[in-house]
Amino acid sequence: MKKKWYEYLWIVSATYLALGFFNILFAWLGLICFMTPLIISIAKGSKSYCNTYCGRGQLFTLLGGKLGFSRKKTPPKFLRQTWFRYSFLTFFMTMFLLMIYNTFLVFAGATLTEAVTLLWVFNLPWQWTATSLAPPGVAQFAFGFYGVMLTSTVLGLITMILFKPNSWCVYCPMGTMTQGICKLKYRKEIVERT
Amino acid sequence: MPVPKKKAHVGKECVACGKCVKECPVRALSVYKGMYTLVGDPCIGCGKCAKTCPAGVIELIARKVEGATA
Repeated sequence: MKKKWYEYLWIVSATYLALGFFNILFAWLGLICFMTPLIISIAKGSKSYCNTYCGRGQLFTLLGGKLGFSRKKTPPKFLRQTWFRYSFLTFFMTMFLLMIYNTFLVFAGATLTEAVTLLWVFNLPWQWTATSLAPPGVAQFAFGFYGVMLTSTVLGLITMILFKPNSWCVYCPMGTMTQGICKLKYRKEIVERT
Repeated sequence: MPVPKKKAHVGKECVACGKCVKECPVRALSVYKGMYTLVGDPCIGCGKCAKTCPAGVIELIARKVEGATA
C-alpha cells in the first residue's frame, strides 16, 4: 500500500535536530510542533497530532521498531500514572517558563548565553552556530527552545532503548496536555462513562 | 466463522497515543475524542495491540458470549 505524506514526518523531525547544529535560529521552527497539537486539541477535540502527525513518535517507531534499537519491554507502571504524567508536565512547563524568562532578560539587555541546556543541567557549548542574523533575545529563545527539543528527544531515545519504542508517548508533556484538553472538552462524557 | 475466545481490553490509564490503532489488522481499535481507546467488535484477539502498546495498558480478556452463564 502506498504510504501517505504524513508517514514521512519523521524526516522533518530528524532534519530539525540536524539544522540546529548549523544555525540555532532554525530552532524557532520547533514552535510548530508545540502549537499544532494544542490548536488541534482545542479546535477539533482530538489527539490526531499524536495519532498521525507526530514526527518524533514516528522516529522512535522507526528506530526502536524496524531498526531494532529497543528492548521492547513494558515500561514501569508509574510512567503511565496520572500523578507522574501531570508532575512531569508541570516540571517541563516550569522549565519552559524559566527559559522564556531568560529570553526576556536577554531582550532587556543581559548577555546572550551561547549554550544549549541538555536535561536541564548540562550546558553544552554551542558557539559555532551563526546568531549574528538575529537580535540576541531572538537567538536566546532559539538556544533555549532547542534545548527543550533536544532534552525531550534524548529522554525519548533513552526510554525507547530501555522499554518499548514509543515509551516517550506515555509521558510526553504535549500528549498529556492534549489528552487533558480533550478530557476537559468532553468532560460530560467522562462522567457518564464512569 | 467462530467467535474469537479473547478480545482486547484497554485499561483506564490509556494515553490515547494511537499506536495500537495502526497495529490492528482488523481496524477494531479507535481513539475516542483524544481521551481513550475503544475496542470494537471486529477484534480477533490477536494481541498485536497489547504487544505494541507503549503504556502496557492493553490485555487480552475472555470474550463474553451472549447467552453464556458465568
